[in-house]
Amino acid sequence: MSQLLILPFALPLVAAALCVLWREHRAAQRALTYTSLGVVIAIGLGLVRVTRDGGAIATDIGSWPGGLAIIYAVDGFAALLLVTTASVAAIGLAFAIGRGEDRHPLFLALVNVLLAGVFGSLTTADLFNLFVSYEVMLIASYVLLTLRGGRRQTRAGAIYLAVNLLASTVFLLGTALLYGVVGTVGFGELAGVAASDPRAAIGAGVVVVAVAVKAGVVPMHGWLPRAYVECGPAVAALFSGLLTKVGVYTLFRLYSVVFAGDPDWRPMLLLAAGVTMVVGVIGAIGRGDIRGILAFHMVSQVGYLILPLGLWTTAAVTAGLVYLLQYLAVKAALFMAAGAVETLTATGSLARLGGMVHTRPMLAVAFLLPALALAGVPPTSGFVGKFLLILAAFEAGAYLLGAIAVIVSFFTLLSMIKIWNGVFWGEPTPEVTHEHTEGPVGLAVPTGTLRPSSPPTSPLVARGRAAELIAPALSIGVAAVLVGLAAPALIDLVAPAADALLAPDAYLEAVTSA
Amino acid sequence: MTAAIIVGLLAAGGTYLVLQRGIVRIALGFVLLGHAATTLLMAAGGVARRDVPFAGGSGAMADPLPQAFGLTAIVISFGVTAFLLTLAFRSRDALGHDDVEDRSIPEDRVVGPDHDRRLGAHPRDHLPMTSRDRP
Repeated sequence: MSQLLILPFALPLVAAALCVLWREHRAAQRALTYTSLGVVIAIGLGLVRVTRDGGAIATDIGSWPGGLAIIYAVDGFAALLLVTTASVAAIGLAFAIGRGEDRHPLFLALVNVLLAGVFGSLTTADLFNLFVSYEVMLIASYVLLTLRGGRRQTRAGAIYLAVNLLASTVFLLGTALLYGVVGTVGFGELAGVAASDPRAAIGAGVVVVAVAVKAGVVPMHGWLPRAYVECGPAVAALFSGLLTKVGVYTLFRLYSVVFAGDPDWRPMLLLAAGVTMVVGVIGAIGRGDIRGILAFHMVSQVGYLILPLGLWTTAAVTAGLVYLLQYLAVKAALFMAAGAVETLTATGSLARLGGMVHTRPMLAVAFLLPALALAGVPPTSGFVGKFLLILAAFEAGAYLLGAIAVIVSFFTLLSMIKIWNGVFWGEPTPEVTHEHTEGPVGLAVPTGTLRPSSPPTSPLVARGRAAELIAPALSIGVAAVLVGLAAPALIDLVAPAADALLAPDAYLEAVTSA
Repeated sequence: MTAAIIVGLLAAGGTYLVLQRGIVRIALGFVLLGHAATTLLMAAGGVARRDVPFAGGSGAMADPLPQAFGLTAIVISFGVTAFLLTLAFRSRDALGHDDVEDRSIPEDRVVGPDHDRRLGAHPRDHLPMTSRDRP
């Protein structure tokens, strides 16, 4: 079983290479991508089973002696995230295919590279290999973001690229500093060094700052709302489900292993969580387009996601994991619903939309369910996560943070109602009544069209294609309600993983003995 | 000490260039910052920590790990720099300049397919990707 740990990283890379070779055969590309994703999900489920009692599993690449081998290790947290990210990616790809966004011959190849980076970041137990996985993920994301090649994408791409490149360089500097002190970059040897050695804490702190940029923690969040509104809607859904969440995962991993849950850092983490929640939600108020609001809420939710780091109790970490797992899917569903609206009406501006509940009732449901889950309204999965998290905050004595979390939830609900009012209620606007049934869907500017003789865009065939746009978001919305109703089962599944994060003995033993 | 000064100078120059507005200058800044990181990795190496990696070796050995790190980092930063320069080229083509703080593009306007279509009319947006794709 442990030898299979390399597959989540290797398989998508192989699939990406084959996708480049077969770039004229879209059906083959799709089959290949889904096969590799299916295998990764199956491996992930197997890993969840193996690690469900708090255990961990590890393997080393190349059998190099101590401190030199690259180790891949998975515990309950990583296994659960692996399954969730892979499933969300599969649904996001269904949306991309429904929208025709994979018309670009390299789209699926790039998505595969992105997935390889994400899965590699989740499974690696080596700081430098983590850096490499991040780069694999980011290089694919740079290209996916600028794939449409328009003026705004180029500009947003330049900002996104510059910020992330700077963060990557800082990550590398931190790794070098840490290596200079400890002499290794394996998590097994790095366990607790930041808590015991102040020099190592400087290096690890530099790494944490770099990861915080990628996670979108305030004040390093400015790139996120600028980039996510400019890329293709399906790309935005994929990014929202994968990119920043990997940053959050890394923060959890680093704090659990390298910092060994050092309590001296918690006030700072709590401060970052609180400020991130508030700044994100205030930013969303000023936006008048669906994706702009959603992107700022993404910043705000990162605050909730890192709140457990500042509390670091069993209840808080369990709540945090429940929240992270469901939020990842919910946010992707919201971006997919926003993308469906944009595709059908050719605009994302609230001022120009209205009354879609009459023309597209299923789309309204597909938006409403994840929106309620994001705001934390029962009986959705978001309610479970938020309730547990706020309860844990009050139990841990962080009354101010608990109160902020409650208030920010109200503002989140307010923003969701704003989108609902703007898009779905009221009188239908001309954009809504005259859907672009003949307009181009997906990449209007396929910069790499293989056959110039074929038309660069294909018409959206009225009703049949709309189902392909709505179904992915709707499926996640229904799942969010079902998970909300079956919450005790999810909590039982997540609790051992949370314990293993708080006391990563099994993980460290697996890593050092691999 | 020499390494520390070199890292400091490279980081200072790189930071200055990254704060400029043109993408080409930003790219050059990242080249310098990348060199700073690589130099720091080299300086972080040491041989006292572990034995010679290959059995039977003797004498003074350089720490092999930072070299492997540095090589990987150089390759990655090379690839990203190439992409950044492509973006600068694309930017000149689509925008007419490579200034990232261009105020002529409205910030909070509608997004979505209609926007693409407006831009799509521009023939320069159909850039072929490789010679094979060229009509």
